[in-house]
Amino acid sequence: MSTSILPTPGEPVVRLDGVRKVYRSGDIEFEALRGVEMSIGHGEYVAVVGPSGSGKSTLMNILGCLDVPSSGTYLLGGDDVSTMNESQLALVRNRRVGFVFQQFHLLTTLPAWRNVELPLVYAGVERAERRERAVRALERVGLGDRVENRPGQLSGGQQQRVAVARALVTEPDIILADEPTGNLDSASTEAVLGLLEELHAAGRTIVLITHEHEVASRAQRNLTIRDGLITADELVGGAA
Amino acid sequence: MRWWETFRTAYDAIRSRRMRSLLTMLGIVIGIASVILTVGLGQGAQDQVKDQISALGSNLLIVSPGSTTSSSGVRGGFGSSTTLTLQDAEAITDKTVAPDVKSVAPQTSTNAELVNGTTNWTTSVVGTTTSWPEVRKRTLSSGRFFDEDEVTSAAHVVVLGPDTASELFSGPVSPVGQTVAVDGTQLTVIGVLASSGSSSSGTSEDDQAVVPMTTAKQLTGSADASVSTIYVEAASEHALSAAYQEIDGLLTNLHGLTGATASTADFSISSQQELVATANSTNQTLTVLLGGIAAISLLVGGIGVMNIMLVSVTERIREIGLRKALGAAPKVIRRQFLVEASLLGLAGGIVGVVIAIVGAQVLPSLIDQPVSLSLLATAGAIVTSLVLGIGFGVYPASRAARLTPIDALRSE
Repeated sequence: MSTSILPTPGEPVVRLDGVRKVYRSGDIEFEALRGVEMSIGHGEYVAVVGPSGSGKSTLMNILGCLDVPSSGTYLLGGDDVSTMNESQLALVRNRRVGFVFQQFHLLTTLPAWRNVELPLVYAGVERAERRERAVRALERVGLGDRVENRPGQLSGGQQQRVAVARALVTEPDIILADEPTGNLDSASTEAVLGLLEELHAAGRTIVLITHEHEVASRAQRNLTIRDGLITADELVGGAA
Repeated sequence: MRWWETFRTAYDAIRSRRMRSLLTMLGIVIGIASVILTVGLGQGAQDQVKDQISALGSNLLIVSPGSTTSSSGVRGGFGSSTTLTLQDAEAITDKTVAPDVKSVAPQTSTNAELVNGTTNWTTSVVGTTTSWPEVRKRTLSSGRFFDEDEVTSAAHVVVLGPDTASELFSGPVSPVGQTVAVDGTQLTVIGVLASSGSSSSGTSEDDQAVVPMTTAKQLTGSADASVSTIYVEAASEHALSAAYQEIDGLLTNLHGLTGATASTADFSISSQQELVATANSTNQTLTVLLGGIAAISLLVGGIGVMNIMLVSVTERIREIGLRKALGAAPKVIRRQFLVEASLLGLAGGIVGVVIAIVGAQVLPSLIDQPVSLSLLATAGAIVTSLVLGIGFGVYPASRAARLTPIDALRSE
């Protein structure tokens, strides 16, 4: 199966052309990505599936602008981010990417709403507006009554929903969820996946990275990565 | 990110690690407080010496006779000889020979018993001229000093030191206008000196009876014109060494001396400036020494801040990674850690200054030493603490800024 047989609905938000990533450790070279071609359209819900060591995490880092490809181009929302420096990448991450991590990555000393407002702080938004938008995002994920709670006072599922609210608050081009349910029990997993489906239904572009086929099957489209190459691109059931 | 947000984030970080922040600040607090206090102590000691000396007259030169050598070879030490005379004092007043001399007060001194009715008191009876109060920087608390006529006529008048007056005249009655007897001669008290406010030369400055030079000669029955000391006031502090040279040259000439060694045997000139210089250089050495030790403790405090900031960077590596993932540019992270370090330094500095100010109030009553805090040293200390915070924050801050977000996020 080649990478371009399926039509992408809407404008492509993400476009990768011949993306390679080589890690060097002394004399040893390791090619984590070996020429990835992919395109994700606006409003799509895509799961990137692959076993560990497949290059999944490297792909996620490049998609999230946490790292740049060794060669090839990556267009995010039409801009070439593959040649940007760290400061420019920080700006792109702030404006265009919303992250949801496996370990939640919430700051334990701050209440929920101040965790959610963090990306807006770096975007230079006024305090009053930040609070308003953070509270709205928390309401959106069903935590309108947990605004002042610190992460320690919340369950794992609730913490991950705070993280989703944080990813939403800047209205980014893509929401990048890296094994978002990896640390959750089945009830919380269901709640978070349900939330992502709702967001997709509301028109958000979501990229989910996972090694669990059950989780991947909830998405609309699955990209399978193996040994640094996309080996399958298929539409699955999901919520369309 | 706005500056205000950077401060808020730094403040949150400091507050959420309260105990550690306090211990980090402690080094700076102790360093700043001890620098300010040692400099204050040194300054206080210098001021004290300066005050004491200037109470005696900072423009003062003291001419003393040289030593005698008896026929058996016993040398009497400075002041034992009778080589200084009233003529010498008059010669020094000559403006053409000694233009840098303002006024001259020759003085003789003997011990005598003063009697008022049934009360008696033995004190030093000083014979001098009318310029004595000006040269010795003395004022009168009541009455007046004797005038030129009274010196010429050897009038039987006396001006008492405040301690002498209170020993002889108890009660509310003013001693002025009353009489005291010295060796049977009745002297009218015409004035009482104000206290010299200085205890550097014992209490004798406040315990003496001052009479005209001529009267003193009568009382002691000596006919010669020798004096025990000539006090000379130079025109200004800067004219002091010029006045010294003039007097030295003049007296060497008058006494027909040749060679440097001969003059020291005949007379000697000393100034308060020499005392001031010696005392100051001793104080300065001590201040520099103590200040140096305090500065080292300040440096150690600064290194403490750097150490804690480095620990903080390592400990918060995931937080840094997250902030970067959410859009914090390297310079924003660097700024945040720099602001955090400078806030720690500044807070430590301010607490240190407060402790120093409190210490400056308490310390004098404990160790009997004045502490004078200067505004400059205090402001300097605060600036130093800020600079320390920034200086020792640069390395941890740039380490934090250089972390790649992936490595930072992945670390456990």
